[in-house]
Amino acid sequence: MYRLLKQIAKTGIVSEPPPHPDETLRQIDQQLGEVILRHFGRALAIRHVDAGSCNGCELEIHSMNGPYYNLERLGIKFVASPRHADLLLVTGPVSRNMELALKRTYAATPDPKLVVAIGDCGCTGGIFGESYASSGRVSNVIPVDVAVPGCPPTPIALMQGILTAISSGGRDRA
Amino acid sequence: MEEHRVTELALHTQPVAGAMPAFRATVGAAELRGLCEQTRAQKARLVALWGSDETTRGGGYALHLALALGSGLLWLTLPLAREHPRYPSIADIYPCANRMQRATYDLLGIHAQDSPDQRKWVRHRAWPGGVFPLRKAFPIGTSFPPSDDRYPFVKVEGEGVHEIPVGPVHAGTIEPGHFRFSIVGEKILRLEERLCYTHKGIEKLFENMTLAEGARLAGRVSGDSTVAYAWAYAMAVEGATGTEPPSRALGLRAILLELERIANHLGDLGYLGNDVALSFGFFQFWRLKEDLLRLQGELFGHRYLMDQVVPGGVARDLPRDQAERLLARLEQIQSEVVALKAIYDDHAGAQDRFVMTGQVLPELAEKMGLVGFAGRASGIKHDLRVDYPVLPYQQAGVRMATHTRGDVAARVSVRFDEMFESMRLVRTLASQLAPGAIRAPLADCIPGKCGVGWVEGWRGEVLIALESADANRIHRAHAHDPSWQNWPLLERAVLGNIVPDFPLINKSFNLSYSGQDL
Repeated sequence: MYRLLKQIAKTGIVSEPPPHPDETLRQIDQQLGEVILRHFGRALAIRHVDAGSCNGCELEIHSMNGPYYNLERLGIKFVASPRHADLLLVTGPVSRNMELALKRTYAATPDPKLVVAIGDCGCTGGIFGESYASSGRVSNVIPVDVAVPGCPPTPIALMQGILTAISSGGRDRA
Repeated sequence: MEEHRVTELALHTQPVAGAMPAFRATVGAAELRGLCEQTRAQKARLVALWGSDETTRGGGYALHLALALGSGLLWLTLPLAREHPRYPSIADIYPCANRMQRATYDLLGIHAQDSPDQRKWVRHRAWPGGVFPLRKAFPIGTSFPPSDDRYPFVKVEGEGVHEIPVGPVHAGTIEPGHFRFSIVGEKILRLEERLCYTHKGIEKLFENMTLAEGARLAGRVSGDSTVAYAWAYAMAVEGATGTEPPSRALGLRAILLELERIANHLGDLGYLGNDVALSFGFFQFWRLKEDLLRLQGELFGHRYLMDQVVPGGVARDLPRDQAERLLARLEQIQSEVVALKAIYDDHAGAQDRFVMTGQVLPELAEKMGLVGFAGRASGIKHDLRVDYPVLPYQQAGVRMATHTRGDVAARVSVRFDEMFESMRLVRTLASQLAPGAIRAPLADCIPGKCGVGWVEGWRGEVLIALESADANRIHRAHAHDPSWQNWPLLERAVLGNIVPDFPLINKSFNLSYSGQDL
């Protein structure tokens, strides 16, 4: 126990300032009102859905929960069920074998809800494109609010995408 | 040695050009089972089984097997008829062949006769039965209305038995797959996996690419093993084209591969702490992993080293001063991992959860063909870097980490040992880097050439078996992930354990869905 406490004390707090939202990532205008956004901005629940990725994007989602990025300190946390979620964070391409599961997960998420598609594959279908096995980009299957490109996008880019989804998008926030 | 082994099997073989020792033979379907019984008796493991469509080359279909013999990789090809292609199942000899045989049927319509398990595997609802997407006549863009997807899971019956279906969308940030638990109380009586939710048509995509274009796709078969796949792919292409990568490139590839091993073990050791409620471990290991990823991003332009290994060599050099920075960072990480290992080892709560949890005993591991670090944690002493020490591992010399208890604790122990060994290897490899070019131009390829890439990735052995078509295009590229072998062992490892230990056991293996699903 002594060694564990010593390691914690020696490490200190390594979390870095979060990035700002980036409006260029937005796909459709902000649909949510001020009041809802104010709530989401302080307590956002995310459900991650891997709709067929190579698992590269998942590595960076994990990183985002690590100590440098420390997403949870912003009141944003990952939850185990779409029923508890405000935002779906979807990696793609959407494989045809995952299409139904993604649609059902979207349907199970209560309104108002947001969708952030991540990675080149989530944004465009990427190298896998559309084929007998792949339905391509996420917005081919469910509505997408914000899309974050990258192969995979960095944790900072992912955070930007999530923060953009819950920002007022050009409108001034109280 | 090669001659001897091959004589033992009474086979005429042709050497396959390339970095790894490999040889190829054509056999008839009637000889298959006898041959497999012989190789099994010689303790040769089945690395991969796949099929191909040869109708565009004047044939029918073909079944392919890759077997790891003491002297190298034996690539067996069985030509099969154009009508009703079939071969005798070998799943009773090599249990790991079961899912590969089913996948081969779903993709190519090649039938494994007398197999008790004829259920579909890759096919869910994306295409109907009787349609085979890897056949040459099937256009890649064909799509079908979703078909009926009934899959008969094995039912466990009895008083108090019930099922827990989990997935494909999981509770954590992991890839999609379905787990069907049959339990009594909290105890797991049976686990049945259903995978292939992330099937993206990777092998079909390869057939629409040139040899050079395929490299980027190979690096995205399983993102966490991008270096292993990119190297295996490059090795196969270099063999097929007769391209000799410069020795500096080989040294750099090995450095990249060991960095990938270190990064993955760091991340998983953190999660293994997290899964036993020691979130301290998660934050500490992910801090160290991030330290490494950031430097990799700076030095190589990609945090996970994607697209660094290319056919002919590597994309970027590592100048002396940058190598020094890398070594200094690794030294700092290593000293912290030493401290963290002592904390894990002494932590009664963590050890209580790790020890005797999710055990795979050596006998079962051998029978079912467990590979990679998980295999080594169950006494399976194989590591391609040791078994076939080609350059640059020949010079660096790899010390194999093993354990015999086969539980979560053993896999944790082997992961720590392999990480320390990889750190030593990076130091040694960096000091032995040859001067000179980092990339050789890729020679043109004549149609019908074959190549093999076989690399010990962090999870286990990755295989790429490739045949060329005309105009430097790919006739067939098969990518094989070690997860094929290890997923069925996860079903066995959890038996008798409690459901809440499943995430821990699962993470201790950390198998790839994408790499298996293709």
